Amino acid sequence: MALPVDIEALDKAFSGIGVDEKSLISILTNSNEEHKRSLRKGSSKLFIEDENGFERWDQSSIKILKHQFNRFRDAVVLSLLHPWERDARLIEKAIRKGPKHYNVIVEVACTRSSDQLLGARKAYHSLFHHSIEEHLTHIKGRERKLLVALVSAYRYEGTGVNEDVAKSEAQILYEAINNGDKNKLLDHEDAIMILATRSKQHLQALYRHYSQSYGKTLAQDLEGEGILKDTVECLCTPQTYFTRVLEAAVKEDADEESKRALTRVIVTQKEQLVQEGFVPNKIQDILLGLYKDFLLASIASGDIK
Amino acid sequence: MATIDVPEQVSVLADAEALRKACKGWGTDEKAIISVLGHRNAVQRKQIRLAYEDLYQEDLIKRLESELSGDFEKAVYRWILDPADRDAVLANVAIKKLSPDHHVIVEISCTRSPEELLVVRRAYQARYKHSLEEDVAAHTKGDTRKLLVALVSAFRYDGEEINTRVANSEAKILHEAVKDKEFNHEEIIRILSTRSKMQLMATFNRYRDDHGTTITKNLEGDSGDEFLKTLRPTIRCLNDPKKYFEKVLRNSIRRVGTDEDALTRVIVTRAEKDLKDVKELYYKRNSVPLDQAVAKDTTGDYKALLLTLLGKED
Repeated sequence: MALPVDIEALDKAFSGIGVDEKSLISILTNSNEEHKRSLRKGSSKLFIEDENGFERWDQSSIKILKHQFNRFRDAVVLSLLHPWERDARLIEKAIRKGPKHYNVIVEVACTRSSDQLLGARKAYHSLFHHSIEEHLTHIKGRERKLLVALVSAYRYEGTGVNEDVAKSEAQILYEAINNGDKNKLLDHEDAIMILATRSKQHLQALYRHYSQSYGKTLAQDLEGEGILKDTVECLCTPQTYFTRVLEAAVKEDADEESKRALTRVIVTQKEQLVQEGFVPNKIQDILLGLYKDFLLASIASGDIK
Repeated sequence: MATIDVPEQVSVLADAEALRKACKGWGTDEKAIISVLGHRNAVQRKQIRLAYEDLYQEDLIKRLESELSGDFEKAVYRWILDPADRDAVLANVAIKKLSPDHHVIVEISCTRSPEELLVVRRAYQARYKHSLEEDVAAHTKGDTRKLLVALVSAFRYDGEEINTRVANSEAKILHEAVKDKEFNHEEIIRILSTRSKMQLMATFNRYRDDHGTTITKNLEGDSGDEFLKTLRPTIRCLNDPKKYFEKVLRNSIRRVGTDEDALTRVIVTRAEKDLKDVKELYYKRNSVPLDQAVAKDTTGDYKALLLTLLGKED
């Protein structure tokens, strides 16, 4: 007979992000058929009563388990890929999967250095025999223009910002957001030009002027504007963006896509994570198994060059 | 094919010395400058500059700038630069004009290879502390701006694959646009700035097959709004760059007074690329060799340099 503590342990082994492999080994290898039967009977999350008198896997649970077991694999693969190939594949997948994933395109286009983004574009050519811009043609929505502009950027990375221009462009954005039709923001040519062509230094200066002039941040003013807000955050305050994504991943009711972001952000941002320290504490409790070991070790070693 | 005539053996040290000699003392020996620089390729010119700097602790370009003047100086300056750096300079000059030369920006972004364009963008940043797309965006507006920024930002796939279905549908889109002169600018910009050159060729061919005339013929004329004036060279450059260059040369010579900027630009930027083919096209079109037309319309050292770059024997 399986003790309640065993049933609980089995559930727990699957109830975080990742899988507690050690726990599973110790529970299952010590189980005989009798024991396993009562594990199945006791585990209402994983098994259901079949009309033919046996306990069968709940289909939706299998799907979740698949995701859980794949997390370690995905982390390993992502971590080993050349950053250019990695970013090209992230973008391609995001394009394919649709609007809910466009923030990944914004993330890659806006948080990598200019040369890294160029590298990703080159890798995209070899992997997919098209340019990113070309594949973005498949997007019919209004986000297309912004996304094409963002991935095409080769931003200047030096210092030296014209504060007057930054201030006047802050005003242009303010007016676009507050006086114009907010629905049409993605079509606002000047706004897109500013966000897609100016250097990050310039945009950060613009962000400061915006707060000073209007009493709220540009990100606040873009609340609810999806990828426009993501764009501004990634360019001006990336740590805010990444913190938000990580916290969404470890929330109680986080969906699969949000959880996947954990792997992506930790693996791609590990250097910054160590420096900026914006990994939520909850991560310690919610991660499981080899996946947990891998991610925590990634962060711990983030400053090793 | 290139037109410049480069000797088998080259000693960059001897060249640096010869150039020094040409600049020392009163007056400058322009013939010597032409006879050295006019017969060196980009790699050699760069090595000569380095050798000169090494030997004389002076920037050869600055020395030449101070010694020379007029159209000759402009031409030498453009010729001696690295191709990417040169394109960056040409782009910046075009952008900063009171009335920007959109066609020059189109020319650079559409006739260089994708990889070359990337190097130009890098060179532009190094020189001007802004990105090329930033400066283009800041000095243009409307749909013209959208087209130009898209063109300079493009990193086209460089492969041979074409999709005939796409060529077909995009030829239709282009035709609708051209026919009605109701240009759906979004779609035109998307097609022209994102497709690979091979794909665009397939589209233009399809256009010609479907409608009996080439798309450039349908865009004929010199008038029209700003967008149209930028669209024409875009399609011409993407469709048949050599033909485009022949036309620029023809117009630069034909005009009352020569357009030295255009003449210099085309000869200097194509001399190591395909100027030979452009020369043949010119002869076919005008029944006069390009060398002859240039000789007739220009004078002095400027003329001598151009003719040298065109491959004329000394």
